[in-house]
Amino acid sequence: MKRRALWWAIGLLLILAGMATAADPKVGGTLVFGRGGDSAGLDPAFETDGNSFMICDNIFDQLVLYADESTELVPGLATSWDVAEDGLSYTFHLRKDVKFHDGTEMNADAVVFSIGRMMKEKNVKFAGEPPAFPEKQPPAEYWLSMEMDDTIESIEAVDSHTVVFKLKRREAPFLANMAMDFAAIVSPTAAVKYGEDFRSNPVGTGPFKFVKWVKDDRIILEANTEYWDGRPYLDQAIFRVIPDNSVRFLELKTGNISICQFPNPEDIELAKKDPNLKLVSQPGMNIGYVSFNHTKPLWQDKQIRKAIALAINKKAIVDNIYYGLGQVAKNTIPPTMWGYNDDIVDHPYDPEAAMALLKEADFAGKLEAAGQDKITLWSMPVPRPYNPNGMKVGEAIQADLKKVGIDVELVTFEWGTYLKKQRTQPPEMDLFQLGWTGDNGDPDNFLAVLLDGMADPNVRTQWKNEDYHNTILKAKQANSKDERIQLYRHAQQLIHDEVPLINVAHSLVVWPELKQVQNFKLHPTASVRLHKVWME
Amino acid sequence: MSKFILHRFLSLIPTLLGISILVFFMIHMIPGDPAEMMLGERASEQSLKELREDLGLDKPLYVQYGLFMARLFRGDLGRAYKTNEKITTEIAERFPATIELSIAAIIIATIFGMAAGIISATKQYSIFDYTSMVFSLIGVSMPIFWLGLVLMIIFSLNLGWLPLSGRLSYHINLETVTRIYLLDSILSQNWPAFKDALWHLIMPAFTLSTIPMAIIARITRSSMLEVLRQDYIRTAKAKGLGPVVVYLKHGLKNALIPVITVIGLQFGILMGGAILTETIFAWPGIGKWILDAVYARDFNAVQGGTMLVATTFVLINMLVDILYAWVNPRIKVS
Repeated sequence: MKRRALWWAIGLLLILAGMATAADPKVGGTLVFGRGGDSAGLDPAFETDGNSFMICDNIFDQLVLYADESTELVPGLATSWDVAEDGLSYTFHLRKDVKFHDGTEMNADAVVFSIGRMMKEKNVKFAGEPPAFPEKQPPAEYWLSMEMDDTIESIEAVDSHTVVFKLKRREAPFLANMAMDFAAIVSPTAAVKYGEDFRSNPVGTGPFKFVKWVKDDRIILEANTEYWDGRPYLDQAIFRVIPDNSVRFLELKTGNISICQFPNPEDIELAKKDPNLKLVSQPGMNIGYVSFNHTKPLWQDKQIRKAIALAINKKAIVDNIYYGLGQVAKNTIPPTMWGYNDDIVDHPYDPEAAMALLKEADFAGKLEAAGQDKITLWSMPVPRPYNPNGMKVGEAIQADLKKVGIDVELVTFEWGTYLKKQRTQPPEMDLFQLGWTGDNGDPDNFLAVLLDGMADPNVRTQWKNEDYHNTILKAKQANSKDERIQLYRHAQQLIHDEVPLINVAHSLVVWPELKQVQNFKLHPTASVRLHKVWME
Repeated sequence: MSKFILHRFLSLIPTLLGISILVFFMIHMIPGDPAEMMLGERASEQSLKELREDLGLDKPLYVQYGLFMARLFRGDLGRAYKTNEKITTEIAERFPATIELSIAAIIIATIFGMAAGIISATKQYSIFDYTSMVFSLIGVSMPIFWLGLVLMIIFSLNLGWLPLSGRLSYHINLETVTRIYLLDSILSQNWPAFKDALWHLIMPAFTLSTIPMAIIARITRSSMLEVLRQDYIRTAKAKGLGPVVVYLKHGLKNALIPVITVIGLQFGILMGGAILTETIFAWPGIGKWILDAVYARDFNAVQGGTMLVATTFVLINMLVDILYAWVNPRIKVS
């Protein structure tokens, strides 16, 4: 009898606990998001910075969207899509009864207009009366950098809710590109009406409508109660610019803002102790690396490259310079990305093995033959999302390499000059630091962009390896995802074996927020989506 | 008098022309390519080339300067690289915030600075004199950043009297016409907004006022001391005039000229945007905007912004000169 009562009590407690944690979302309220800088503009086709995209993410939708917490693709404004056998044509079936915030209908012509306006050669066909493309518009940077003009042949509205994209080449990452911000669907009526001013009067189909923008101060959005995926819980979302990290954190402590972007690392410790705050974190979709000047004979020997990898204490760098807001990288793509090869065992920190390898490969002799008595390490002068302090990381590597008998001279330039000079692979550059923040959640966007020097002279590392090049090319053209995964796993194995670069770290994004904020999730693409967030 | 004003006005032209040359070539001389800065890690040779052409950076420097001047005469400052927005619009959106903050700061600085200076001078070597001069020394040397944060922690975080940062609370709605919020709220008779804007203004204005306040206090004191040693002051005292008349009517009026100069100069400097104050108090003004433009090598924004600031500075100085002539009729066009 007693035992049964105990079971009842336990059962009741469990139910109560369940009720307490799974509270029903509450409709209403305002969320104030505190950030470090203002948006440049709000027309997703022409923006390049995270502060612009985080607003666009809430105003616009793409044909396909990223899932809530990963870069898997889910239906967006297209409910389904068919890919032709040859991989050269994609047919999107659009969601019906979706309206733009200005009341006009989202249809196939809107898709043709939104994407077509970025095309150099506007090979497009509308189903109805074609809207006039704006005559003057800024360059669509993202479109260009994702080489979309080399990918898309034509866009055609077959009927009011079907769009066909014809491709020039087989390109498996194409679908992932269509989930990126630049591929957002905008209201053609509004885009034509506002012209260049559309950047400050955005009209999309997203969960929030644009209300007001006070430059360098705030952007106000309000709920789109007719959103096709259900109205957002919040009534209003305000993005406030508070440039100083400490002040932004103070604003959070006083409850004036709900979420604080990019706090100082030391404030994260304070946030942990504050009973009114909690932390959200997400590994960033990025990589900070050190690479070699592959145009110099000195760095052709992979034993030497491996020795350098063994000599660098990556864990110490992450602990002391990333303040723990990062994780040691063993692969070039981050662990949250599909295709990540977790079987790889990273080169350990082993200075003695490094010295032995250097001796075996006669590094000293090769250095002398190159007419050098030391090597240079180029380091970024500015903090980047993947590396909080390039110079300090440089100093750490300098000290590590000194231990294995290599003298290193640190070199830096003003940021624009750094990028420009690095591209030319000058002989006075031996090692250089750089990194990458992913765009579309596709491994190709890391592995091709960073390392396939045979495909493109713009690849920063200019590493040329036939096997690697063929693997990446095959993966681009593969039909099934499983096949692509196998190919990318092989590519990562090659990087591990050949050491064309040393993967240092993926940064970790940690933001404090008020306890009242519910269901806010950081996304790997760094987008800030408030559709399913509510305030307790 | 009108001849004097006209003369001063004409002399603005070569000054501004000189500034335009200086600003243009200086920003172009700093290393850094705007196209590289904009495209970052993902730049390719092709996209860089296209962007440079689009921004007109592929033309020789003297041609770029010529185009800049030709546009300037039409009142067109071009577009900002990053936002593709007209520079005039960008400035119009931010300058009012700077004007509001600088006027508030200069008023605080003038009232307290002059008062401290006058009292210190009349009570030379008293406790008040020493204290106020020590404070003014602290005022000039205190880092603004630190002071701002300390004020925030005391008055916002601990006491909860004043808002931390920004210009207006998010729940306050204000129709903006001039974008000077105090003025806008008066025009629309929106008193809750007026109070809210005023409360937001206090801390940044006070923080910004410390340096000019200290300088004004020191100048007022030394200038007053000099005047008070003059014979006519002794005569006035001997005549049996009261201290208020002696110090304020005979003393202060004659001591004013260097004080006005300093106030004018300080005000001009404040109008150039207070980068640090604007940054910590999240005050969306022109200073932070120009700084960001310099970092991004946004040539159009830097040139436009600096030209505006320089013109304001020169105009304020001209006003000061005219004020001189009015305070001291002995000053004439030479």
